[in-house]
Amino acid sequence: MALSGLEIYKLLPQTNCKDCGYPTCLAFAMKLAAKQAALKDCPHISDEAAEKLETASAPPIHLVELHGEDGKVEVGNETVMYRHEKTFYHRPGIFLRVRDDEDLDALKVRVAEADAYSVDYVGIDLYLDGFAVEATSGNADNFKKTVAAVIAGSKKPLILIAPEPDLAKAGLEAAEGSRPLLYAANAENWEAMADIAKNADVPLAVHAENLDDMVDLTKKLQDKGLEDLVLDPAAGGYLQSLHTFTTLRRLAVKSNFRPLGFPIISFPGAQDGADESLLTAQHIAKYGGLIVIEKFEPAVLYPLLVLRQNIYTDPQKPIQVKPGIYEINNPTEDSPLMVTTNFSITYFSIANEIEGTGRPGWLLVTDAEGMSVLTAWAAGKFDAERIAKDAKAFGAEDKVSHKKIILPGHVSVLSGELEEELPGWEIMVGPREAVDIGSYLKAMWQE
Amino acid sequence: MTVETPKEKWSGQVREVTIGATAEDGGTRSQTLTIGGESTLPFLHFEGNVPHRTALAIEIRDRKPDDWSPLLLEAWGEAMESPAAWAKAAEEAGADLIYLKLSLKTADGEENTPENARRVVREVLDATGLPLAVGGPGQAEIDNELLVPVAEEAQGERILLGICEEGNYRTIVATAMANDHLVQSKTPMDVNLSKQLVILISDMGMPLERIVMDPTTGALGYGIEYGYSVMERLRLAALQGDSMTQQPMLVNPGEEAWKVKESKIGEGVPESWGDWHNRALEWEALTASTLIESGADMLILRHPDTLKRVKAMIDALLDSAA
Repeated sequence: MALSGLEIYKLLPQTNCKDCGYPTCLAFAMKLAAKQAALKDCPHISDEAAEKLETASAPPIHLVELHGEDGKVEVGNETVMYRHEKTFYHRPGIFLRVRDDEDLDALKVRVAEADAYSVDYVGIDLYLDGFAVEATSGNADNFKKTVAAVIAGSKKPLILIAPEPDLAKAGLEAAEGSRPLLYAANAENWEAMADIAKNADVPLAVHAENLDDMVDLTKKLQDKGLEDLVLDPAAGGYLQSLHTFTTLRRLAVKSNFRPLGFPIISFPGAQDGADESLLTAQHIAKYGGLIVIEKFEPAVLYPLLVLRQNIYTDPQKPIQVKPGIYEINNPTEDSPLMVTTNFSITYFSIANEIEGTGRPGWLLVTDAEGMSVLTAWAAGKFDAERIAKDAKAFGAEDKVSHKKIILPGHVSVLSGELEEELPGWEIMVGPREAVDIGSYLKAMWQE
Repeated sequence: MTVETPKEKWSGQVREVTIGATAEDGGTRSQTLTIGGESTLPFLHFEGNVPHRTALAIEIRDRKPDDWSPLLLEAWGEAMESPAAWAKAAEEAGADLIYLKLSLKTADGEENTPENARRVVREVLDATGLPLAVGGPGQAEIDNELLVPVAEEAQGERILLGICEEGNYRTIVATAMANDHLVQSKTPMDVNLSKQLVILISDMGMPLERIVMDPTTGALGYGIEYGYSVMERLRLAALQGDSMTQQPMLVNPGEEAWKVKESKIGEGVPESWGDWHNRALEWEALTASTLIESGADMLILRHPDTLKRVKAMIDALLDSAA
């Protein structure tokens, strides 16, 4: 949690010696708070104060990075409880669990399939983040072979579930060259696991049945010099994980409680009878960090990836649709051409409405920097010039033969200018609200 | 070391609203439904009360709809042929409330009539003992024309009457007040507009204990994050003591989720979308469950399987031993 200028001032020598280049200690403190000056410019600060200031400027939830041969996952560094307060920054990583006692050929097929999975959502490519490979067999050679097979099939980051030191070593050997998460240190094995994680320079997960034990463990691990930790609070179902994850997030961002300021790993499908996708959804909305799932099923993964995208959208920067001319219900050159902006909600409501009418149509989506029709018009991002430019750029002339374009009713004032910008075109004024598109087309458009 | 769970001290709480009336209160319902009353964020039992279950309504129509997904037609089957049978099937599926939406046109393409609306409401009231909500087709004039006789027909039953919007609420509120019903106050995903319409409705003399706030949502992938954050902000405002945001919240994930391509269409879509049936059900369930996390007190659903899944989730979130 960032300190205010006054709080920083209290930690400075308060001698106004000017050695930092600022007239007073208070002025320097203000610059520090605004991150426009560096602490090292003060030659007189005590070690104790320096440490306090440095800790205070660290993010409340430590950023942890996993690398595959190709691609990485970053989790942590969150600063708020609710997305509207600022934004959620690092989308939880979703990993598919595979086990070393599965048939190796079947595992390879599954890994290849999951690795290749990708789905387009409003022009954004969504995919699975990696694999969690579990040493279920208890045999180090077996585990090593399985990790090697997963790496042969996917360059994505890994989580190695190997809670015995010799298994952990074997897995890390096979994964050399990448930066997997090692899972997990617990009250019994923590010293050995800490050494292994430290030697391999990989992040380490910490498993404890309650938060009191968790703090004891993270403190011991930090004393050993480990910084990249991930917490597994063994949270179980909906209620316990909601309470535990909320507690952890509050402790980190509101109480600035360092010993638990790490991302969370969870296994929403691990319990008998769990509804994996609904619990995963809860972990996406409520503070999950790395989420290990058991099932790879596109019909389930697609909505989960979309949900993650939605929740982690910056509320200040709405999702935009790629500008272009969109086809709805297989239009022909006689179908109507309508125009709107690239704010995703605007696009969806119009496209859904046209689709619902069952009538074919073309929808020209202009680049209005993700603003809705009226906002974009008021901001000068949706004017005759822009519409004409995009109509030409996306080849409206080649798509329709009638040379008619339908404007949103709210911007009927643009029709005069648009006539000048698009000579030879007839400018029609559509309804103000999307819900009236059906009746408008029925009345105004004969194919 | 002992870790203390940080607790917020909230000064406000959500109002309790009761829908339906039993014989004791002058109605004929076999049970009533109370929602709201929370004094903390969703299911944080460690710092406040969550006295009532999140309620799940099933949407039914006055006639079999023409534009619903075949997956829904399959799920309800024959029952959709009559509103009474449909309501019964919804009750058997575990609904807490029946949400009856009146159609704009009859099956023959004729304009819906007050007589028809009255008849259907009577049939549904006779077929089930569950509390009832009735919404108009969504066009101001026709809504008013249909909802006034509906309110009269159901007098004393404390039904939830919808939909009050900024442009059309007076007639509905007046008839709800005259016939002892409640109203659904719906605004387009905006904290201030939500608040404002509650103020306007209560200014007409409607008690706040009879207003359910519908902040509107988008489906998963279609703007759910806007609805989600508006609901979180409304709930935080309510807990911080802002009186006009303290109404229980109702949202309609069923309608939103079943209108999108992902649930409506089974063919000619990307292979990466997966199995249609499963995807469609995930779409509705994830939309609903996510809105529960952001503070919904009542949700309107369409598919009986979604109801079952979401109900299990609510059970688990209420059970302090789970």
